[in-house]
Amino acid sequence: MTDHLELLSGWGNTAPSLAEVTRPRTEAEVDATLGHGPVIARGLGRSYGDAAQCAGGTVVSNRGLWHLSPIDPASATITVGAGVSLDEILRVAVPAGFFVAVTPGTRQVTVGGAIAADIHGKNHHLDGSFMNHVESFRLATPTGELTVTEAGDPDLFWATAGGMGLTGVVLEATLRLLPIETSWVSVDTERFENLDGVMAAMASGDDDYRYSVAWVDCMTQGPRMGRAVLTRGDHAPAAALSGKAARRPLEPPTAPRLAVPLTPPSGLLNRLSISAFNEAWFRKAPKKADAELHSLSAFFHPLDGVDLWNRMHGTRGFLQYQFAVDDAHGEVVRTAIETLSSNKVPSFLAVLKRFGPGNPGPLSFPVQGWTLALDVPVGPSQLPGVLDRLDEIVAEAGGRLYLAKDSRLSPEMFATMYPRSGELMAVARRVDPDGRLSSDLSRRLGLTH
Amino acid sequence: MRNAFGQPQSVLVLGGTSDIALAVLDRLCAARTRTVVLAGRDEQRLAAAADRLRAAGATTVETVPMEASQPSSAAATIEAGLSAAGGRVDLVILAAGILSDQEAIEDDATATAQLFEINLTWPAAALAALRPRLLAQGSGQVAIISSVGGVLARRDNYSYGATKAGLDFLGIGYGDSLRDAGVKVQVFRPGFIRTKMTTGLEEAPMTIGVDECAEAIVAGLSSSAQVIWVPAKLRLVFGVMRHLPRPVFRFVASRR
Repeated sequence: MTDHLELLSGWGNTAPSLAEVTRPRTEAEVDATLGHGPVIARGLGRSYGDAAQCAGGTVVSNRGLWHLSPIDPASATITVGAGVSLDEILRVAVPAGFFVAVTPGTRQVTVGGAIAADIHGKNHHLDGSFMNHVESFRLATPTGELTVTEAGDPDLFWATAGGMGLTGVVLEATLRLLPIETSWVSVDTERFENLDGVMAAMASGDDDYRYSVAWVDCMTQGPRMGRAVLTRGDHAPAAALSGKAARRPLEPPTAPRLAVPLTPPSGLLNRLSISAFNEAWFRKAPKKADAELHSLSAFFHPLDGVDLWNRMHGTRGFLQYQFAVDDAHGEVVRTAIETLSSNKVPSFLAVLKRFGPGNPGPLSFPVQGWTLALDVPVGPSQLPGVLDRLDEIVAEAGGRLYLAKDSRLSPEMFATMYPRSGELMAVARRVDPDGRLSSDLSRRLGLTH
Repeated sequence: MRNAFGQPQSVLVLGGTSDIALAVLDRLCAARTRTVVLAGRDEQRLAAAADRLRAAGATTVETVPMEASQPSSAAATIEAGLSAAGGRVDLVILAAGILSDQEAIEDDATATAQLFEINLTWPAAALAALRPRLLAQGSGQVAIISSVGGVLARRDNYSYGATKAGLDFLGIGYGDSLRDAGVKVQVFRPGFIRTKMTTGLEEAPMTIGVDECAEAIVAGLSSSAQVIWVPAKLRLVFGVMRHLPRPVFRFVASRR
């Protein structure tokens, strides 16, 4: 186990804080780190905000908890250490004919982090979130280690789901995998000239596809406001392949070929450069294309192709504003995009998805309806106020923000959006009576001291 | 905790009745600040300031005693201030200080010594007492209110200017010493601001009001700059003035 002081921030490169970082390799070493607080676990640091940092305390890297059991083909399950990334699972699972049941827009997240944030992917409308595919997990808490299953301890199971690490450090997990015949995705692409068009198509047609995502241009105004490219698909069957692909149907994902070598000054990504990028990207997409074969990486993890792409947003960093609202409040999607564009806030392509119902977790993020995620660079002086107003609109619609992305929500607004957070803390106090588990995020939101 | 925009949730003000600090706090409380600790001497004015900040959105406002003429008490004030804030604090605003009439004090050893104690020795002691606490909390921000008076020596305020020059120097080095510890230290150099401190004085060019000054400081707090001139154009003005030959500068300064 190695310890050192390190200045940590999230993927958005904002609000850094100093903590003692420790990297235990055994369960006993994890237990030792929980002897005093404040302490929180950290995976690959893909949370955008302050979820995996602990100013003045201890941050437990889970990357030393690294082991992979062989896949059990009969039950389609795999048991892995919490520090194993989805990328590392896919490297062994895809050649064996399996895929992770839920993947976010990057493969570079650990299993521990995926549980703590209860991540979702492009298939939430049909398959739910990550925890809906977790058979069991082992959890180190200040009062001891526990093996947790949904049937055995539903309260702890679901409090840990999306509990942002406040119930303990996940040690290992058994995941249910999805059998696949090929490492290709059969994709239908359609371009829409405005937001109404794409939302109507998604509401009526998404249930015919396992995966669906729309990329929305937030910089256009007027009749073409919210123009979008919708891609939907499913794992391609072996019969769909021909030629070289048919001879090697199960190729593991490829490593990034490019990296952003340094962090440029903030302001390089501005309204002009982002508009130009969005325009080029929209023109590049076909008006309509059916059953094209895309690789897993290209379809699921396009941004993983460029290492450290978060640096592009400059030294002041950036944030992602992701909210969910139910079907009755789909107009909030339009309001959010219009609010940003009328306040001259530059935003990259936004990601729009359909959500199915949430799960029993007290901090479960999804609600049956819509989720929109917007990347915005820190900088414009009007941005804090604009996002505070958006919070009110989202909360009034009964919606909420995704904590794995959040870096700025107020405690009052958090309590309104997550009225069941008290249930999480009640379960946390059962396994952590002294309140040792705490992060910058939990302190900012008033969950811990 | 400070959020992605650097907006603090808790603030400790050293010199808690300062017009500039309170105008800054009005704005911070309208955003994320809910806990404020005001350290000051005049209990009545502290109480009035506390009411004002509650109206601005603060939910917890505490006051702690501070006696800037006694530097040996600085550590106790820091200790009391941090504990009133709940053990840690996101932002410390160092706004303690007085402005003296140069001609009234320049032949008075006691008054001159007192000016230096209040404006420089007490703040230096307070920053020293604060430093290990900032290191231990692993995050935070310190705003030091210096002055353009500390940039160039002038006949009509060189003693005050010297205290601010010392504080400015200290603040920049202090910031460097905390740079890798997640603590941001910024030195603010206001020009002539219309406050109770400057009431009755003849206004200098580019004088601004308290509100304009507070806006500039709040914007500065969320920037990454280490030194912030208020208003910003003073940076340019002083950039030129500091290269003037001394006789020319004396002439310009005397003409105001």
